[in-house]
Amino acid sequence: MVDQDTPPRRARLASTGARAAVETVFGEQPRGDKVSGLVFRSLMMLALAMALVMLVSLIIYSAWRGWGRLDLDMITEKPSRIRPERAGYGPALLGSLYMILGVIVLVVPIGVGAAVYLEEYAKRDRWYNRLIELNIQNLAGVPSIVFGILGLAFIARGPIGLGLVVATGSITLTLLVLPTVIIAAREAIRAVPPSIREGSLALGATQWQTISRQVLPAAAPGILTGVILAVARAMGEAAPLLLVGAAGFTPFLPLLFDGQYSALPVQIYRNAVEPREEFQTLAFAGVILMLVVLLAMNSFAVWLRNRYERRW
Amino acid sequence: MTAESRNPARGLDLASTPASDLKLPGPGSPVLSCRDVSVYYGKFRAVTDVNLSFGANEITAMIGPSGCGKSTVLRSLNRMNDLVPGARVEGLIGYHGVDLYGKDVDVIEVRRRIGMVFQKPNPFPSSIYNNIAYGPRVTGMHVDDMDDLVEQALTRAALWDEVKNKLHKSAFALSGGQQQRLCIARALATNPEVILMDEPCSALDPIATQKIEDLMLDLAREFTIVIVTHNMQQAARVSQRTAFFTTVADEHGERTGRLVEFDTTEKIFSTPSDERTEAYITGRFG
Repeated sequence: MVDQDTPPRRARLASTGARAAVETVFGEQPRGDKVSGLVFRSLMMLALAMALVMLVSLIIYSAWRGWGRLDLDMITEKPSRIRPERAGYGPALLGSLYMILGVIVLVVPIGVGAAVYLEEYAKRDRWYNRLIELNIQNLAGVPSIVFGILGLAFIARGPIGLGLVVATGSITLTLLVLPTVIIAAREAIRAVPPSIREGSLALGATQWQTISRQVLPAAAPGILTGVILAVARAMGEAAPLLLVGAAGFTPFLPLLFDGQYSALPVQIYRNAVEPREEFQTLAFAGVILMLVVLLAMNSFAVWLRNRYERRW
Repeated sequence: MTAESRNPARGLDLASTPASDLKLPGPGSPVLSCRDVSVYYGKFRAVTDVNLSFGANEITAMIGPSGCGKSTVLRSLNRMNDLVPGARVEGLIGYHGVDLYGKDVDVIEVRRRIGMVFQKPNPFPSSIYNNIAYGPRVTGMHVDDMDDLVEQALTRAALWDEVKNKLHKSAFALSGGQQQRLCIARALATNPEVILMDEPCSALDPIATQKIEDLMLDLAREFTIVIVTHNMQQAARVSQRTAFFTTVADEHGERTGRLVEFDTTEKIFSTPSDERTEAYITGRFG
């Protein structure tokens, strides 16, 4: 009897309890909560809309103004002061690509190396390590023109004396974005759970094996994100390059250690300040070209990052 | 004892009797032994004057309230404490009579021979296969057939049947209990002699816990196991010997962990000789 009786009674109790719980959950929300929620949400949407509208209008405006010169000549031809309608960004584009490649080659090993040292080897309580940390953070905020002067004094002339060549531009830009890469790489390395390091060390791996086989692969997506941001910034910098010799209107294709060179942002600037209408059109076309190059690089990096994305 | 066991530089000898008057009803053939071991983190003395030995092919459990130093002692046994800045071990920890903290001891080799399983399963973000193969690869073990080694390790950890069709899938796809058995398999792959387990079941449900316990009893035939646990029933179920730690105030009034009693598990859980042990196992404190 009891056994037969129990289930329905329990079921009744359970449904009563459930109803009570549901009523509190689905009950009417206070009016004030609703309004403030709505206001907050609208404000956030507005902030997002502002950012998007700026970006989209910039792209549309540049495309509209530069429409006349969005052709193949614009990419391949040399710049010219005399015939802007046939001039292009060939040497500047190549100069920028060389420089960016140089930046990647230099900034990844140096930046990641510094981050590994600071995160995995450095003893926090030593004064020199704290000094290095503080300096890196400050360096990230130094205006780019200062790096230009540094590049001119120490790399183009002075002790290194490479001259005003692509390699000088590369090294200057590397110095400029190095702090960003170090900071991002440190964050990524710090985000790797300590349990992974412990697991590896407990199996008899050395510290270097643990770093190279577990920590760095796990941190790779985060490091890549930092490198993407840094390279995008380097790509768009004109100010320091003006000081280390990126010329406008150079008709020669750049060499790494010899001869004149140019860069996209510098060439865009030179075109933009010319008085004739054709130069203006060419400048806007250059903006579109630069955005396309940046987007292509970023998409590649994002693809790379997603390939190595891991979770734990 | 061989000449190796003498360590005149540190003024201690593993063969000598311990300084404290604690009786040592230890096993006949100890693999690991602690003589007057104190562990410091900076100025803080986490645990004081521990005398213990861990017998071959036995399961030794270390129990006690939180902060009593049992995990600290465990982590000193394969020098994982070296990784903690400021950690220092005083006294002698002997492994087959060799001073584990001696000058010419290779830490890497110590950790290969004395494996460890952690509280939270911590598989590497990689495939099941790579998780197992990692240890042998990094330690440069001579392996004729890695596939065979992986299969053996997984079989010994009672995981092979569940994962044999997904060896190259991510280790994260496994359940918590399976992940923990994977970590045990990973530790077995380097062919250790001792396995240290730091609360290996505290993140697992009862069924997964049961499987790990069965596995431990199974593994004890080949390996020496030391387990730290908060679960007294677990200590009673699996271990042959139990060490009870607690926290006491030392001569300067500072808290430090101490070994209260070390005996056969049967004795500890039936007729403990110290009243603190009795109070703890009967649930009156801790």
